[in-house]
Amino acid sequence: MSLDTDKTVHDAAALSEAPHCVFDAKDFASGAHPVWCPGCGDFGVLAALERALAKHGRPPHEVVLVSGIGCSSRLPGYMSTYGFHGVHGRALAAATGLKLTRPDLEVIVVGGDGDGYSIGGNHFIHACRRNVDMLYVVMDNRVYGMTKGQPSPTTEADWDSDIAPGGIGLRPFNPLAVAIASGANYVARGFSGDPNGLADLILDGLHWPGFAFIEVLSPCVTFRPEQSGWKKLVRPSAISVEADRAAATALVLADDGFSLGVLYRGDRAAVAPPLKPSIAVADIEREFTLA
Amino acid sequence: MARKSFAVVFAGSGGSGAMSAGAIFLRACARAGYFGMMNQLFGAQVRGGESAALVQIGVEPVEAQPDRYDLFVALDWDKVDQFAAEIPLDEASIIIADPQAGAMPPNIAKSKARSVAFDMNEGVKHGRGPQRINMHAVGAICALLGLSTGDVEAAVADVFKDKPADVVAANQQSAVSGFAASANLTLNFRFDPPQQAARWLISGNQAIALGALRGGVRFVGCYPITPATDLVEWLAPHLMKLGGRLVLGEDELASVNMALGASYGGTPAMTVTAGPGFSLMVETIGLAVAAEIPLVLVNVMRAGPSTGIASKTEQSDINLAIYGAHGDAPRVVMAPMSVADCAATAEYATYVAEALQTPVIVLSDQQLGQSTTVIDSEQPRPKPMTRRVNGVAPADGAFKRYAIGADPLTPMPRPGTPGREWVAEGLTHNEVGLPASGAGPHVAQINKRAKKIARFDPGAWWGECWGDSATAIVAFGSTIGPAREAARRLAAAGRPVRVIALRVIAPLPAEPLARALHGVRRVIVVEQNHGAQLYHYLLGQKAIPTAAESVARPGPLPYRPSEIASYVA
Repeated sequence: MSLDTDKTVHDAAALSEAPHCVFDAKDFASGAHPVWCPGCGDFGVLAALERALAKHGRPPHEVVLVSGIGCSSRLPGYMSTYGFHGVHGRALAAATGLKLTRPDLEVIVVGGDGDGYSIGGNHFIHACRRNVDMLYVVMDNRVYGMTKGQPSPTTEADWDSDIAPGGIGLRPFNPLAVAIASGANYVARGFSGDPNGLADLILDGLHWPGFAFIEVLSPCVTFRPEQSGWKKLVRPSAISVEADRAAATALVLADDGFSLGVLYRGDRAAVAPPLKPSIAVADIEREFTLA
Repeated sequence: MARKSFAVVFAGSGGSGAMSAGAIFLRACARAGYFGMMNQLFGAQVRGGESAALVQIGVEPVEAQPDRYDLFVALDWDKVDQFAAEIPLDEASIIIADPQAGAMPPNIAKSKARSVAFDMNEGVKHGRGPQRINMHAVGAICALLGLSTGDVEAAVADVFKDKPADVVAANQQSAVSGFAASANLTLNFRFDPPQQAARWLISGNQAIALGALRGGVRFVGCYPITPATDLVEWLAPHLMKLGGRLVLGEDELASVNMALGASYGGTPAMTVTAGPGFSLMVETIGLAVAAEIPLVLVNVMRAGPSTGIASKTEQSDINLAIYGAHGDAPRVVMAPMSVADCAATAEYATYVAEALQTPVIVLSDQQLGQSTTVIDSEQPRPKPMTRRVNGVAPADGAFKRYAIGADPLTPMPRPGTPGREWVAEGLTHNEVGLPASGAGPHVAQINKRAKKIARFDPGAWWGECWGDSATAIVAFGSTIGPAREAARRLAAAGRPVRVIALRVIAPLPAEPLARALHGVRRVIVVEQNHGAQLYHYLLGQKAIPTAAESVARPGPLPYRPSEIASYVA
């Protein structure tokens, strides 16, 4: 995949209409019934992934969905691709090992805010630094849903819950700023309520070299019903920054968290695939011989 | 009487060159045809602290640290006193020191070893300063052992192969000057003549790395940790040239999951760590068991618990290796039986992991890992075994990755294979790998995995048994060497002992172990931890009688043959 700095979100959408597409979104559905609550934002993300992959044109067997633990991490089972549903927080690490040894595969990591920013926070930082060519989609609902409603790193400081009465009292984590500062090569925000717009971002992120990170606002209707109001708050971002990390960091720090679209695209080259073998194991053994 | 082995210590402060002296001495002796082993002692400093090189050479393979040292070469006395407990000396030992270095420290002096004055600077005065007194000393000792100057010069060139030619030449000159100076020492280190053969000089850590490469490992995820770091440092450039990759993870959690992800993709993968890192990896052992993904985990054990003693040996992670993980998580645990066996065990571990789609833990330890040892280059090697990847694409419905049938081993197609898409799943799952919380799939999948491990038959690779007497020592890992040396001495004293060495620890190779124990009336399980972990495991498996005896003590001091021999006698 070559670095094409001229592409925008809109270009990506145009690219997706190219005639080589032979797949339909339903080709990427496994048919399994999701455990998600009716109205969960993650349904929109699943639909967006299916549509984006159909447009992408690579067959299901060349795609691997990797995830950790949580509601959104159940997603690999709902797709017809290969999948890896591992332990809590470590999806990026598993995906890194997979992509570095199998650069021929399309590797997509999915998960939630607790999985990615709390237990997996260290891996998130280092995945951005490492810049392996893969896509990370976080379905952020600002709550631990599977364990029934505890504050996550992105939860508002004053959100009341059983485990933190009156609010956790902590400043929410800013995943976009951390991603940009840590070296991610593509940073975007999407909304599960707009699966077509999100599909375009996913496709763009797949095409962009290096580590692409898409933070998706994906409401939890059960524990955060007030998030149904997000659809009125989201709007396209007025600005998209190329290469300049300082400017991009300033943009996302100043933002209210509801600007959608590509916020930053970098010019780092992705990690190179392994070299072709130049020696055999027998050559190495000679260093131990006593001449 | 000529000696069959000879143990010497080179000790000094930072910069005195004790380690170079030991390395060159061992290599010179190896070139001359002797077997040998070198271990290293360091002070607490990260860099530049006092150090001691412990070298034993012999006409037979050396697999244990000696009971005592024949010779102590003090390059200087600065802080060397702290090593006294780890360097046993006695009245028959000889200490060579330069009188200019000052008084012998009290803990060394109380050994009553005979002190012999040696002008370390003599002969290097015309060189480029006193820093090569180590080479002068090595030359003198080699001369007393009857080695040729050619062996020593070649050893200097080998050890200093990355240094400029003039530095190599100056060191060779200092070593040769030691040959002449040895005439001033009226000492007799006469030795049995060596047997020349094709030999390697290798550490246990290097040998494990080599074995993994032979087995096909082409991805390593790791995080720095003593005493495993030198293993991965050796591996990194070689792996790259072999078309593989080593990734330094942000922590052990990342390292083990990277390796598991690579393995899921079809590449034999390994992670390498020591106790503290292994503790962090336990969660992913459970995932590898549940999702049935091959993985090799090397634990170069060190003294624990917690951070313990990073640079010193212990065999105290047996329980963690066998049982570490929540839930029913059977896996394979094996341990190399000697430095010479490290490559074969690591290669075998890789094959078993691939063939059984399971994590295999290799329990090495600091004593094996960081012993630089002379071994015969020809060692037995295991037959290759591979992962089952094909499988049959279903006519309709999803591929049954975790199918329940007569054979608990089910194919795991590589991602990229059309029509066989599957999800590696850590949750209790059904046959196609979708999460399921009912009793049926839970019990069926647990039984599938248990059956897979229970059916594993290592055949001749289970371990070894030497001797047939009615008293048997059972041991694993670095305790086997001293146990065998103890058995040799007991046999020479007319009290033969059987030594039973376990390579495969879990699942316990019950049948071959029972055969090895046939006719034994007294069983002694020797291990290096306080809790007698191996002993209790063997008792729990009903593999040894309740009357079996336990010799269990923690590290960090290595077992010495006399310690085991005196217990048995």
